[in-house]
Amino acid sequence: MDAYLVLHDGAVFPGRLVGAPGEAVGEVVFNTGMTGYQEILSDPSYAGQIVNFTYPMIGNYGVNDDDFESARLQPAAVVVREACDSPSNWRSTKTIDQLLKERGMVGVQGIDTRAVTKRIRSGGAVMGMVTTQPEQALQRLRATKDYGEHDFVYTVSTDKAYSWGIDGKDEMGATDVEYAATIAVLDCGLKYNILRRFAALRIRSLVFPAGTSAEEILSHNPSGILLSPGPGDPARLGPVVETVKSLLGTRPMFGICLGNQLLCQAVGGKTFKLKFGHRGSNHPVKDLEDGTVTITSQNHGYAVDPESLTGTTAHVTQLNLNDGTVEGIAVTGADASSIQYHPEAAPGPWDSRKHFVRFVDKITQG
Amino acid sequence: MRTILVIGSGPIIIGQAAEFDYAGTQACKSLREEGYRVVLVNSNPATIMTDEETADAVYIEPLTVEFLERVIIREKPYGLLPTLGGQTGLNLASQLDQAGIIEKYGIKLLGTQLEAIRKAEDRELFRALMREIREPVPESWIVESDADLEAILDVVPYPCIIRPAYTLGGTGGGIANNRNELWETGRKGLKLSMRSQLMVERSLLGWKEVEYEVMRDSKGNCITVCNMENLDPMGVHTGDSIVVAPSQTLSDIEYHMLRTASLKIINALKIEGGCNVQLAVNPDSFDYYIIEVNPRVSRSSALASKATGYPIARVAAKIAVGKTLDEIENAVTRTTKACFEPALDYCVVKIPRWPFDKFGTGDRRLSTQMKATGEVMAIDRTFEAALLKAVRGLEVKSKDLRHVAFAPDNCTDDALKVAISQPTDERLWALAEALRRGWSLDEVHRHSRVDRWFLRKILGIVVVTEALRQAANGRRRDEEVKADILRAAALGVPVRTIRELLGPVADSYGDLFVEAETQNVYKMVDTCAGEFESATPYYYSARESEDDQALISANS
Amino acid sequence: MKPTVLVLGSGPIRIGQGIEFDYSCVHCVWALRETGYRAVILNNNPETVSTDFDTGDGLYFEPVTLDDVLRIVAHENPVGVVVQFGGQTAINLADKLQGAGVKVLGTSPEAIAAAEDRDQFESLLTRLKIPKPPGRAVRSLAEARKVAEEVGYPVLVRPSFVLGGRAMEIVHSEEHLEGFYQEAEDANPGQPVLVDKYFTGTEAEVDVISDGEETFLPGIMEHVERAGVHSGDSMAVYPPVSLSGDVQKQIVVSACQIARELGIKGIMNIQFVVVDGVAYVLEVNPRASRTVPYLSKVTGVPLVKLATRCMMGETLRSIGYESGLWTRLPGPGDGTRLGCTANGVIQTETAVGEKGVETPEPPLYAVKAPVFSFQKLARVEPSLGPEMKSTGEVLGVDRTYEAALYKALIASGIVFKPKGQVIITVDDPDKVAAVEIAKELHCRGYQIAATPGTARLIAEAGVPVEKLNKIQDGSPTLLERLFEGQVSLMINTPGPGQKAGSDAARIRRACIETGVTCVTSIDTAVALARALPVFEDPTKALCLSITEYVRGV
Repeated sequence: MDAYLVLHDGAVFPGRLVGAPGEAVGEVVFNTGMTGYQEILSDPSYAGQIVNFTYPMIGNYGVNDDDFESARLQPAAVVVREACDSPSNWRSTKTIDQLLKERGMVGVQGIDTRAVTKRIRSGGAVMGMVTTQPEQALQRLRATKDYGEHDFVYTVSTDKAYSWGIDGKDEMGATDVEYAATIAVLDCGLKYNILRRFAALRIRSLVFPAGTSAEEILSHNPSGILLSPGPGDPARLGPVVETVKSLLGTRPMFGICLGNQLLCQAVGGKTFKLKFGHRGSNHPVKDLEDGTVTITSQNHGYAVDPESLTGTTAHVTQLNLNDGTVEGIAVTGADASSIQYHPEAAPGPWDSRKHFVRFVDKITQG
Repeated sequence: MRTILVIGSGPIIIGQAAEFDYAGTQACKSLREEGYRVVLVNSNPATIMTDEETADAVYIEPLTVEFLERVIIREKPYGLLPTLGGQTGLNLASQLDQAGIIEKYGIKLLGTQLEAIRKAEDRELFRALMREIREPVPESWIVESDADLEAILDVVPYPCIIRPAYTLGGTGGGIANNRNELWETGRKGLKLSMRSQLMVERSLLGWKEVEYEVMRDSKGNCITVCNMENLDPMGVHTGDSIVVAPSQTLSDIEYHMLRTASLKIINALKIEGGCNVQLAVNPDSFDYYIIEVNPRVSRSSALASKATGYPIARVAAKIAVGKTLDEIENAVTRTTKACFEPALDYCVVKIPRWPFDKFGTGDRRLSTQMKATGEVMAIDRTFEAALLKAVRGLEVKSKDLRHVAFAPDNCTDDALKVAISQPTDERLWALAEALRRGWSLDEVHRHSRVDRWFLRKILGIVVVTEALRQAANGRRRDEEVKADILRAAALGVPVRTIRELLGPVADSYGDLFVEAETQNVYKMVDTCAGEFESATPYYYSARESEDDQALISANS
Repeated sequence: MKPTVLVLGSGPIRIGQGIEFDYSCVHCVWALRETGYRAVILNNNPETVSTDFDTGDGLYFEPVTLDDVLRIVAHENPVGVVVQFGGQTAINLADKLQGAGVKVLGTSPEAIAAAEDRDQFESLLTRLKIPKPPGRAVRSLAEARKVAEEVGYPVLVRPSFVLGGRAMEIVHSEEHLEGFYQEAEDANPGQPVLVDKYFTGTEAEVDVISDGEETFLPGIMEHVERAGVHSGDSMAVYPPVSLSGDVQKQIVVSACQIARELGIKGIMNIQFVVVDGVAYVLEVNPRASRTVPYLSKVTGVPLVKLATRCMMGETLRSIGYESGLWTRLPGPGDGTRLGCTANGVIQTETAVGEKGVETPEPPLYAVKAPVFSFQKLARVEPSLGPEMKSTGEVLGVDRTYEAALYKALIASGIVFKPKGQVIITVDDPDKVAAVEIAKELHCRGYQIAATPGTARLIAEAGVPVEKLNKIQDGSPTLLERLFEGQVSLMINTPGPGQKAGSDAARIRRACIETGVTCVTSIDTAVALARALPVFEDPTKALCLSITEYVRGV
């Protein structure tokens, strides 16, 4: 079956369907990772986006039962050069096409994804549509709201609080397992691997919906607070920023990705939209304290405005080596810091896992 | 101005070819950019590195300790860069060190230190280090005499691998299936090893073989330039293997598990420059073993450089004189730094070129001792197209996946079974023939241990070329033939082959060939999958919609 | 915008087509860029400098085949394509490219064909009255027999249009002709097989630059091993050490005449065999050869740059060169020249006296030696012959021939223990020379051992010698002695028609397995003996930069 990628500027890329027939609208972004499509497809931060994979052969090692980062597929649609119909890997249980069909996601293959990427690189992230119905697609696309006008966080956040320990997800409340500490996670679009990393360090995570109040969170007496990644424009998250403000200083706090932008806003800073964002597994980040550079996994379209931090209690701790954007901040006097990239990887390099260890050391020793 | 002595790799031999001229030339340029005076010694005149344009002083003298000492006395170098001249350069540096010459003349060894090199190359030291950092290495036994060898004949699990220490491209190594073979090959290996030392180790035949090209600077910043997966599973020397970049059958977790292990190793070794890590990966679990570490630029690093656009030797030379990765420019994009990991938006296939067309009596079986004299690389957007392009560029008789030696009239099923089980220079064609004969993927996999992913891709090519043959016999309908032609062209089957397969039938589809040809565009290798603008005009052809160069011309 | 030129690379490294071609391609690209062109490279070998992304103005990483070249031509629209530097891979595409309407730069495809086609080339030589070994291109065994009868055995049998001497054999009698004829035919089906008189003479070769009118010879290289050993496997020395002035003059004149007659624009390699003072032309290659980097470095003449500029239409004179052989005087200053007019008449006799050239002692001797990879290749027969087997080469440079020989030998990996035994077992025609070598070795304190036939002659010459048995004749055999580890050198020359699997071949393989140097040509052994004083006292060799040798300072 034919399928198409239609861009807001009128460009049409014809291809073939992969996944379920249908139509989806979203912001078209590209990810340059060469592995990790399953993690990307289940990463809540891709909500409302159409992911264009720059690596041309997607699905080579299939889809397995273990590497999901959330309970559902998150992007609006996918664009690939080739979806592999005969994967090979010992854990693979299905093809990417089967996965998309099962979960009702539309995708298009046979696309010159490098051409799409270059278009985004020069023109910036753009709204687009993947559809099996090309007639009047552009009109329908142009009638939809822009990515930045959506509130995605509340749709991807958990409905109800839960806890995650060494045996995975479980109910809130007492546990027989002895943990080194318990932390509160404010779920704005959490990836499972954050919880898995904490569990590996014998930390129990209590995960709260994005709308949970500071009082409610503190009533569980966590040793630390984690601000999760998540989708959409962080400037639209006023109420959540207020919650973070109330939590700031009460417990050691660590933010990841959107969490970095929330912390920035909580101290009075601002964020801005990047031209086409950072999405991939190869982004170099320089630590301003010791001068070392770490290769990181990234997925964000917005960034902290360093100018806006002037006069606040926060300062920049890390910078992106490619474009100099802010990759980490710390708040003086509040035991709070955050990073723009993903120490939990999944997908991507494991080099910044040390951040989990540091945070855990802090809350268990402090 | 400070003088740096660079040792070349000497004559081209199997296992040490043009890659060191490429690396050495880049390094000399790179060091001169940093303001050093470069003195080069190499006995091989057929090299760019021995040009007056490349180095400030060129000594075309024998690569022996005696001559190197004479050069050192004359040139009084401040430093010596030993890691760019292959195993020859490295061995000479350690001989100079042992002879006390480095110390006597107060020469600074640049880049990875000899201590690190010894730890990487001496099997016992290496294993001790791996145990220390808890990275798995296969069970093995060190043998330093015939008596040692005799003592383990009944101890080791067969088949086992024999690897002599300090030799080029695994000279003298091999696989032993029984005690007799171990005795024969082991004694030979002892003679060929510079140290009379060899290692006998558990065979990991059939495991995936994966390599990581990694770099580290003096500050401890580490990056992976590229990973590569061998189509031929463990048992064939990587220089004799068909190699694909990046890996195709590793999931994200597996990719990063092995990447993390590789970086852990270069950190433990304190590599300053480039390094190659070879790993064996169990195809049915998360188990892996570290097989080998080359603490220098190598054939694999040349391949990785060309496969990604990342100039490993150039960057390694700068690291050797103290620059850190974040201070070095990415020479391809010129807008980013060398401290990043290239993202490929294409597939790379390397196929070795063997000398058996000249050496009719030579033993064509491939094992742990390298036999290829050279290699070709091909880049395309799909594996099939890259594979076919590489085959076409090999300049052997077969221009595609058909081979007259394996045609049904010339090769029985039994012979074919042997041809796919025993790796040789022609196994790729034997695999294609087995699939052409309708053998199941599982059966071909069982005999060859080649991953089903690769086999399935080869099958795809075989199926479409067979359909074209059917079409030549009038057994396909018109619209089927059209679809077959387009499908074949899309997979990268050369138009010449398509026409040949179709025979006279091809003439009715002339327009289609013209159309197929118009889909040919050139894409750029830019290290970053299109994320950043790039200035370097490095191209490969692909069947796609947009030509990268056309845009550049239009913009300029 | 600068005009674009597409330079074709040489593909994967293989025996017969090595790194030398990458050297030439890269220099061609640099020369083009220097002279105002946009130079674009096509090659598919990841190991090379030519495929470094900043060597040219553009790099196409694609197979070097006709279809791929045509696509790139359509894409780049170059003013022309350079085929002279990419070995046989590139030159073989010349006429097909022209057929497809693509401009081949420099020497025309017609001229390339005229040089490579046996019949055309033969009539050209006849026209120019340049001698060549008698023989013909044939298309059947019967014809081959007839030619062999006419010219007399031994004959050289080889396929046409094949690089690296593949399937080339010296045939000593009719009984061996059929097999080798068949091999030669199979090597390049559909093409004729060449059958020529085989001369046991001294081989020489030249790389020449021509603008179509004038022809410049940077130097003459003389082979150490006599004709019959592939030029890629023989040691070669520059400048010549045994060629008379008159022979050098013949070589210069023939080269100038051939280049002009063919209309070479760019570079060409010619090989000669010298017999009784006559230089016969063996073959010409209308392209850069494997000796180009060697000659460039030891003469200081940028061969590829000159060739590229001639190819692009400049004349030799306009870039400061003219017809003739170029030789350097010792010490700083200009070289002298054995000049000749465009049509090959000796013109400037500056350095030519009664006997031809009176060569002053040259500032350097440069010896190229081949390097083999037999250790990696089980079951490959390692003796030298017309088919090339080496994978690489080294260069020994010094002020004396002996020191240059010494350097070339040790750099090529020849291990020659100062004490120990030298085993000699040679074919009949080599026995006289072998006795001389034995004498020399004995004088210098080496112990000699030999197989019975050779041993008898050596003993007759008054040299103490241990007699060793052939493999089947029981202890003490050659093989036993080898494995005992006391042997420092083996001199073992193959007899006619000897093949892999024979005793001699087993001995040679055993040397490889045991790491004992095995010399398989008596001429190599003679050279080795000549270098012995330097082996014993390495301080006789200098250690200078190549520039110092070439400039003579």
